Amino acid sequence: MVNLIMSETEKAQTTTHKIGIYLWIWGLLFVLSFCSYMVDWFQFQGLVRWTLIVTFMLLKAGLIMAFFMHLFWERYAIVNVLLWPMTAIACFIGLMVAEGRYTMFARFFYFVVGG
Amino acid sequence: MSDPALEKLPGGYKGLTSDFGSDQTIFKGVNWGKAMMWIFLLSDTFIFSCFLISYMKVRASVVDEWPYPSEVFALNFMGVPVPLLLIAIMTFVLITSSGTMALAVKFGYERNRKLCAWFLLATALGGLTFVGMQAFEWSKLIFHEGVRPWSNPFGAPQFGSFFFMITGFHGTHVSIGVIFLFIFSRKTFRGDFDIGKRGFFTSMKSDYVAIEILGLYWHFVDLVWVFIFAFFYLW
Repeated sequence: MVNLIMSETEKAQTTTHKIGIYLWIWGLLFVLSFCSYMVDWFQFQGLVRWTLIVTFMLLKAGLIMAFFMHLFWERYAIVNVLLWPMTAIACFIGLMVAEGRYTMFARFFYFVVGG
Repeated sequence: MSDPALEKLPGGYKGLTSDFGSDQTIFKGVNWGKAMMWIFLLSDTFIFSCFLISYMKVRASVVDEWPYPSEVFALNFMGVPVPLLLIAIMTFVLITSSGTMALAVKFGYERNRKLCAWFLLATALGGLTFVGMQAFEWSKLIFHEGVRPWSNPFGAPQFGSFFFMITGFHGTHVSIGVIFLFIFSRKTFRGDFDIGKRGFFTSMKSDYVAIEILGLYWHFVDLVWVFIFAFFYLW
């Protein structure tokens, strides 16, 4: 069994990542934020707007989690424990989209036919 | 951060199964405080998801017109209304503070005490700027536009309650982060992490890993803002 308690000498050897990685990610986040602001600036509407917003949002979230929060370098155990619960949120979103549509339908329906 | 003892363990999905089937710890090489911060952030993710999902559900089912954020959050600049100007600046400020935080973590692990402390201070000031701008945004909406949690002049009355709830909860997170950043900046300047001074609360030895843990929290605050910016301001 590998001893996972780090000795003082090992601790000193702990390598850090090059500063360039952080600066690159930082720059990319700026560019992506600027892009998502431009979506509003140019007044894209409908499907184009939503696709662009979600794409830029997920790219930014991914970059922050992978590099700023170091998940890219972590072992799969913690990465999986953190990311799988997100599927529950995705299911919840799906359920609430259906629920929202039903509420909307019910409101219009009973507005027309009466209570 | 990579660690020589970990490189002897199997990696990838093989590592996943062997870590879960192993003795004592699942998260090899992850400081327990860091693992606990991740678990906390996961639960916080669920809280923010509940807010945003309930906002989505209500927005999808209101019969009134939802206020158009591009106009509601426009700011006059030299007499011209610029859409989302303040929000865009807030976004860039928060991303900048996230970048300085990442550098503080890096310099902390390199035991570069002064640079680490200065970058923590810069992060704290960025966070403070963000909270200040948010206070300005709130006061503008409350006192000048008359937005209330139950009514507003723009459209669907539910808008106010979601706006104050979601941005308020996020602003609280930022404020708490700023307080901790100032405390940690002072601790770093004083050299607590170099000499392993015991904390007054935990009585455990201080270590630079604490800065990475604080960094996780701070990046999470930025991460939440990414989603709020997309779903609340841009949608």
